[in-house]
Amino acid sequence: MAKAEKKWLPRWFYQLASPRWCYQICGKLLPGFSLVTLVLLLGGTLWALLFAPADYQQGNSFRIIYLHVPSAILAQSCYMLMAVAGAIGLIWKMKVADMVAKSCAPIGASLAVLALLTGAIWGKPTWGSWWVWDARLTSMLILFFLYLGVMALNSAIESESTAAQSTAVLALVGLVNIPIIKYSVEWWNTLHQPATFKLTEKPAMPAEMWMPLLVMVIGFYTFFAVALMLRLRNEILRRERRSGWVKELLLVK
Amino acid sequence: MDNLPTNQSINRDVGVAALFIAALRRDLMLSLRRKSELVNPLIFFLMVITLFPLGVSPEPGFLAQLAPGVLWVSALLATLLSMDSLFRSDFDDGSLEQLLLSPQPLFIVVLAKIAAHWMMTGLALTLVAPLIGVMLFLPSEGMPGLMLSLLLGTPTLSLVGAIGAALTVGLRKGGVLISLLVLPLYIPVLIFGTGAVQAAVTGLPIGGYLALLGALLALGITLAPLAVAAALRISVSG
Amino acid sequence: MSFNSFSEFLSMGGHGLYVWLSYALGLIVILANLVLPLQAGKRLKQSLARRIHREAKRS
Repeated sequence: MAKAEKKWLPRWFYQLASPRWCYQICGKLLPGFSLVTLVLLLGGTLWALLFAPADYQQGNSFRIIYLHVPSAILAQSCYMLMAVAGAIGLIWKMKVADMVAKSCAPIGASLAVLALLTGAIWGKPTWGSWWVWDARLTSMLILFFLYLGVMALNSAIESESTAAQSTAVLALVGLVNIPIIKYSVEWWNTLHQPATFKLTEKPAMPAEMWMPLLVMVIGFYTFFAVALMLRLRNEILRRERRSGWVKELLLVK
Repeated sequence: MDNLPTNQSINRDVGVAALFIAALRRDLMLSLRRKSELVNPLIFFLMVITLFPLGVSPEPGFLAQLAPGVLWVSALLATLLSMDSLFRSDFDDGSLEQLLLSPQPLFIVVLAKIAAHWMMTGLALTLVAPLIGVMLFLPSEGMPGLMLSLLLGTPTLSLVGAIGAALTVGLRKGGVLISLLVLPLYIPVLIFGTGAVQAAVTGLPIGGYLALLGALLALGITLAPLAVAAALRISVSG
Repeated sequence: MSFNSFSEFLSMGGHGLYVWLSYALGLIVILANLVLPLQAGKRLKQSLARRIHREAKRS
């Protein structure tokens, strides 16, 4: 049984459980990821702002899509990662997974804010008002509320392991609910305002338009990896402050 | 010492249904003794409803339009208000710990506690709702929709709220936190509940809405007690 | 290039305010997500190092 389990999960999965190993591997990966992020985001932004053609209907305000869509996608992926990491922490009692889940929440919340703000700004030239109860914007707002709940619960519980476990349960409950909320909000939206002009739905986007978008999405993913690793390293140091290797690391400096 | 084994065998013989009924009876008796817990959510419901004509407009046509949403939002808030007390007193006097240690499946006990809570709040709200509907000039065609949607929707509210209550039971200032955790999760019930009432008012079929509310309830009954049991174990042991 | 001059690029066909406001916010959020953890890490390392030195002296 034990052997089968060992084959089932790769070796790095167990190594991830060691905070020290995780701290070191993050430190090694950070420069490369930072460089890739810088290149992708800078290149993507220049491409989006300078070379992508303007939309025939929305004109140049269409260029906001290159920030709005990646941040919205990332805010959702981040919640999923947070819930999955929380579940791993609950099941295998893995400290590093708890730390990943905790580090995810603020990044995801900030990306949700970015998606909301860019959506609202985009709404002004498109719909003529700063806020419209559009289905996507509304579900993003609710996702933001879910992040706030997770963060509030985490900060309210003093014991670190209890906080991690409780937030994991809440994140999992939220994960089950997200599709239901999304569906119900979309359905509510069609009930109340039939056939509004949707922000991100284009019949067929030409390649010159979606190529920079793809670059930006990948860039946001690597940016998320960098931000997560930065926070994770802090969290590992903070939680492992009593262990020998942290003392050694800090004394050498 | 001699009767210990027999005691245990009796415990093991307690069936799921008997366990459920015993836990339900205990909780119902406890909350019936404290009358305030039964009445407070209802008073709160009534007061919030009263605020709307005062704050917005007492004009009948306008209020009738507002009524489905106002009724549902107030019911939701009233349920939320009573949520904090679901595990609080059991946690304070230590009986919650006993429940966690007992050999009986926690799933059933939790489900019974939630059912008792719903009978004290959700069911009471459902029964009072037509009266308040009249006060808000809700057309009489909307009443069946209102009653049925509340009947199917409020148990889901209790089930989801119980997760928040279980997560925050160990905290001193859990009350505000519960609303923060639970309110976003209430949104689907609110949407389909008000949808049902509005459809009933305009004479459209409400079967679809009720089916969706029923689906949410079925999902809640199967999954929420699991989450509540896990959350209780974490909160109490931590 | 979809713009002929720099001023055209800045005005974004009348939508300059919206586009530039969005990208400024994007820059702020991205930078905040990088700078804040870096600062927090620096402060954490300093305080942990101080504590370790203190404990080393005491023992």
